[in-house]
Parts: sequence; structure tokens; C-alpha cells
Amino acid sequence: MSEPMSALPPEAEPSTAANFFAGLKSALTSVFFLVLAGTYIGMGALAHDFGFPAWWLAISSILVWAAPAQVILISALGTGASLFEAALAVTLSGIRLFPMVVALLPLLRGPGTRTRDLLLPAHFTAVSMWVESLRLLPTLPHQRRIPFCNGLSVGYMGTAVVFGFVGYYLAAGLPVLMAATLLFLTPMSFLISTANNARIMVDRLAFVLGLVLGPTFAYFAIGLDLMWTGLVGGTLAYLVHRFREALQ
Amino acid sequence: MNPALTELWPYVVLILCGFLPNEVWRLLGLVLARGLNEDSQIVVWSRAVATALLAGVVAKLILFANGALTTVPLSVRVGAAILGFVAFAAFKRSVFAGVVVGEAALLIGGYLFSH
Repeated sequence: MSEPMSALPPEAEPSTAANFFAGLKSALTSVFFLVLAGTYIGMGALAHDFGFPAWWLAISSILVWAAPAQVILISALGTGASLFEAALAVTLSGIRLFPMVVALLPLLRGPGTRTRDLLLPAHFTAVSMWVESLRLLPTLPHQRRIPFCNGLSVGYMGTAVVFGFVGYYLAAGLPVLMAATLLFLTPMSFLISTANNARIMVDRLAFVLGLVLGPTFAYFAIGLDLMWTGLVGGTLAYLVHRFREALQ
Repeated sequence: MNPALTELWPYVVLILCGFLPNEVWRLLGLVLARGLNEDSQIVVWSRAVATALLAGVVAKLILFANGALTTVPLSVRVGAAILGFVAFAAFKRSVFAGVVVGEAALLIGGYLFSH
């Protein structure tokens, strides 16, 4: 009989700290470590470019902890969008966190789990942590999952904070072309990773519509252009998807 | 505004426009974490909205560049993004290949054509 792959060697009742550090180690040795490092170097350069303090970026990485929301927040505020428009765009980008939390928490909830034990994992929920948690948690016994998940998340968040500073101070001291290349890292990595995540027709269509509608609405100076890009592009893609399903 | 408030203001904005509008969805997920799966219609729709919004932001960052990136001509920025995307598709959907090729194209194009 084949055993499922386990993230940890089998031990008798490892301590909470041991589970936490196992999660931390798993974060620092995963492919997402590189993805996050690159993303947050770009984000640091972006924050520097728009004149935000370095600590502001670090705190936003801890509190917001969602790279898309942070890019939206920095570029919206940096280009002079109203606070209301920035908040609206952030909340629209954050809706996707809701189903992610809903899918993750049942994996963490055991017989004796209190809701407050789930507060941190809920806050830590973001794409990198979510993908790895869904892959690794089912291989662990229930009582080890929450500390492992917290360790994993702290590893990713620490990576984001550290490389945010790296990008920020690199952008400050580099020649213009190198700084431009660092700044290009954010749109480039988001373009590719969003395309990569869009594996079914509805997401691909939403992706293409967003690429076209975003600049179009902005060019014609339509108010709340980010919100309309999301709502119009996403809803159109969804309707086409429903229509095609109905035809089948 | 007094100086202390001026210095704190970016952090107040961070809480109001960044933290709270984002966190509300996580808390809602924590409260309502039952009975929804990846295929429910509301989940499909919300993912499509978020995808379109993010794609829009990316296109705006490339087309209406800011700061140091404005020194690289628009055609180079768009060309580099397209080359990166082609590399991503050509190398079995490798995100790494796409980003490296796009960045290299911007660096080389910027070196040759910057003003």
C-alpha cells in the first residue's frame, strides 16, 4: 500500500514550536520563496517610485498581505485616485480571498479548535500560502496543522517584508535604466502569474477583457475606472461562460 | 494639519483604504466558512471580477508608466511584455521564463532606445 507523501517525518506529538518551524522551513524552501522575493523587490521599487516610506510598505505587507491589493493601493494612491476609489478597487480585488478562506478553514478546524485559533490563518490567507496549505496540510495530523500553517505563513510574510526593503533601497540607488527594469518587475510578474492562474475559459476571458478595458477606461478618464474594469470585464466574462454552459 | 498628523496620515490611509477593505473578505470567510465550494456561481463570478481588475491594473502600469519607467519608450515596454508572454507560453507555461525574458527584453530595448 502506498503511503501519501508527508511534509514531515512521522514523530510522536511534536511541540507547537516544532510544527511552526517545520512550516517556516517549508516556506523558505518552496518555489514561492523565489516568486515572492521577485514580486516584492518590484513592489519595493514601485513604493519608492511613488514616494511611499519604506516602513509603510513593510506594514502594508503585514496588514494587507495580498500583493495584488498592495499594487492596486500603491498605484491608485500614487496616481492621485481618491481614497474612496482606492478602497473600492482594493475591496474588489479582495473578494477572491473570501472563497479561499472558506476552502482553507475546514482543513484547519479539528475537534477542539476555537474560532480565535483560526483568526491568524484567516488573516494569512493569500495565494502563495493557500496553494501550499492545500497541498501540504492534508498530509499532517489535525493537531499539527494550525502551527504548521502559521509557520508557513510567517515564512512567506517575512520574505515579502525583507525583499520589499531590498527593492526599495535598490531602486533608490540604481541608474535609471536599472530602476526602470526593477519597476517593470511588478507588471511583468503579475501579467504572467495572472495568465498562469487563468486556466479556465471564464478567467482567461476576464484576463483579456481587463487588459483591454483597464487602459481604455483610464484613457477616456472615466471615473472609478478600476472598479468598472473589474465589474464590467468580470461580469461580461461570467455571462459568456453561463451562456456557453447553457448551450451545451 | 499639524506635523504629527501629516506624518501619520499615510498609515491612516493604509488602514482605511488597504487593510480594512481587504480584510473584510477574510473575516467574512471565517464567519461563513461553510457550504461554498470552488464551483459555486458567486465564487466563479468574484474570481472573474478580480482577474479583470488585476489585468486592468497591469495594463495601466505598462501603458501609463510612472517614474523611471517613463524613460523607456512605450513600444519597448509593450514589446517586452509581449515577448515575456510568448516565452511563458513557449516554455510550458513557465512563469519564471516569462518574467526573465520580459525583463531582459526591457533592459536591452531600454539600453538601445531610451531617451
